[in-house]
Amino acid sequence: MSIKMVNVHRAFGEKEVLKGFSLEIQDGTTTTIIGGSGSGKSVALKHIVGLLRPDEGNIWVDEDNVSRLDQESVYRLRQRVGYVFQFAALFDSMTIAENVGLGLRRMSDFPSEGIPDRVEECLHLVDLDGYGERLPSQLSGGQRKRAGLARAIATKPKYILYDEPTTGLDPVTTAVIDELIVRMSEELGVTGVVISHDMKSVFRISDRVAMLYDGVIREEGTPDQIQGSDDPIVRGFIEGRPELMEGQQT
Amino acid sequence: MSSFLAPIRMVGRGALQALTAVGRAGYLGTDAVRALRKVDLWGPHLVPQMSRIGVESVPIALFISMFTGVVLALQASYTLTGQVPLYFVGALVGKTMILELGPVLTGLALSGRVGANIAAEIGTMRVTEQIDALETLAYDPVAYLVTPRVLAGAIMFPMVVILSIAIGIAAGWGTSMALLDITSTEFIKGLRLFFDPWDIQFAAIKSITFGVTVTAVGCSFGFHTRGGAEGVGQATTRAVVISSMIILVLDAFWAAVLLS
Ligand SMILES: Nc1ncnc2c1ncn2[C@@H]1O[C@H](COP(=O)(O)OP(=O)(O)OP(=O)(O)O)[C@@H](O)[C@H]1O
Ligand SMILES: [Mg+2]
Repeated sequence: MSIKMVNVHRAFGEKEVLKGFSLEIQDGTTTTIIGGSGSGKSVALKHIVGLLRPDEGNIWVDEDNVSRLDQESVYRLRQRVGYVFQFAALFDSMTIAENVGLGLRRMSDFPSEGIPDRVEECLHLVDLDGYGERLPSQLSGGQRKRAGLARAIATKPKYILYDEPTTGLDPVTTAVIDELIVRMSEELGVTGVVISHDMKSVFRISDRVAMLYDGVIREEGTPDQIQGSDDPIVRGFIEGRPELMEGQQT
Repeated sequence: MSSFLAPIRMVGRGALQALTAVGRAGYLGTDAVRALRKVDLWGPHLVPQMSRIGVESVPIALFISMFTGVVLALQASYTLTGQVPLYFVGALVGKTMILELGPVLTGLALSGRVGANIAAEIGTMRVTEQIDALETLAYDPVAYLVTPRVLAGAIMFPMVVILSIAIGIAAGWGTSMALLDITSTEFIKGLRLFFDPWDIQFAAIKSITFGVTVTAVGCSFGFHTRGGAEGVGQATTRAVVISSMIILVLDAFWAAVLLS
């Protein structure tokens, strides 16, 4: 049981974004995908829940081949996966509490009278106590992001995909969210896939780190392995030294 | 030579884009019908949408039909004076309001109000990934967003149109009595002279198709919005233009099919 992406190709028009992307994510681990802006990290993540379909290749979540599933099975699969959007993607006609509770209302085995409590609990986890009745437009960018996180964890999914959960947050809030991601994994056994640009976070929360470069996973390993990598592309990226990456063949 | 061909090419491209838009809207409309069995998703939104699409459109529809009724009565009397008995004013106002102007003018006005509103709302949801978020929470966005709007359009357009027709005729009647020296009895005599209950059904059938068109086209342009605010603006404009065009084509179609 795991998430497995095998040789995924995906282009938008002429532009090839993924060119044979393969990555396996073991159950119970937290894997972070790093890579330059526009390298296709969000695109890769969207393939896991079938928001995008590959031109070629396969994506497995547990026993399901996502790209082959019919619509109804995709929705069933999505109830096992929480998705934190890069720009929160809150429903702006609903309050924060309604946003967080929306996924729960769709779960037939979750009692509807339990929803308010669960919503409050999730808002507390992301440090948004008392914000339930506000509208998304009345929150700051960072608060919206955390509300998006609360919405994704509300249904206690087995997998959570975090698209830059801490980008744009202050250092203290970042640490709180990092802590939350670690706890989701350690206490609830959640399998996490995180996209992050914050190297300190990356090495704090990850069991595995994978670097996306030029449409493929350039290197994948434990945080220590990645930090000790002798690939100039990987080194240049995590140390923020573009001169190392220049002139390298892809 | 190329400058001579440019306008032709532009018309060709416009026609092609329009056809693509019609195809997409038709496709989405079919999906919306298929999603009818997911009552739990669209059910709670039907009444709010009926209110937004129907009830809130009543003022603009009444405004248009009132003035149309007044003008129809004045024009009818201007055209008929000295030729035919003046009670024909009633016949002309009634027949024209019911068969053509009630449905078409209301349809066009609502394509601006309702179609633009839907395209902008759903387009914004698309570019801010709210539609993707619905998907990840296992909500079918077609059942959740499109079905209640199209259904509300199909139910409410005929009601708004029939109300418009009634107000238009009443305005014509009032104008006849106040300005044209036609008595109430004469006006009603004319009104009943050519009245056929089938005409109302004809208007209702047309309006249902207009309602489905405006809402399905609005949803479809919203769904296929790309880019940020600019994309939403473009989707909105195109939704109004395309649904207005389809309304006029449908109007001719129904006249040819049902009246001949
Ligand atoms: N729906 C789309 N249509 C067309 N092009 C797209 C679409 N989604 C992504 N792209 C393109 O794919 C490339 C990768 O985008 P993606 O959002 O995955 O980048 P990213 O790695 O997440 O970057 P960032 O760190 O800035 O979020 C970009 O060049 C983008 O323009
Ligand atoms: Mg991204």
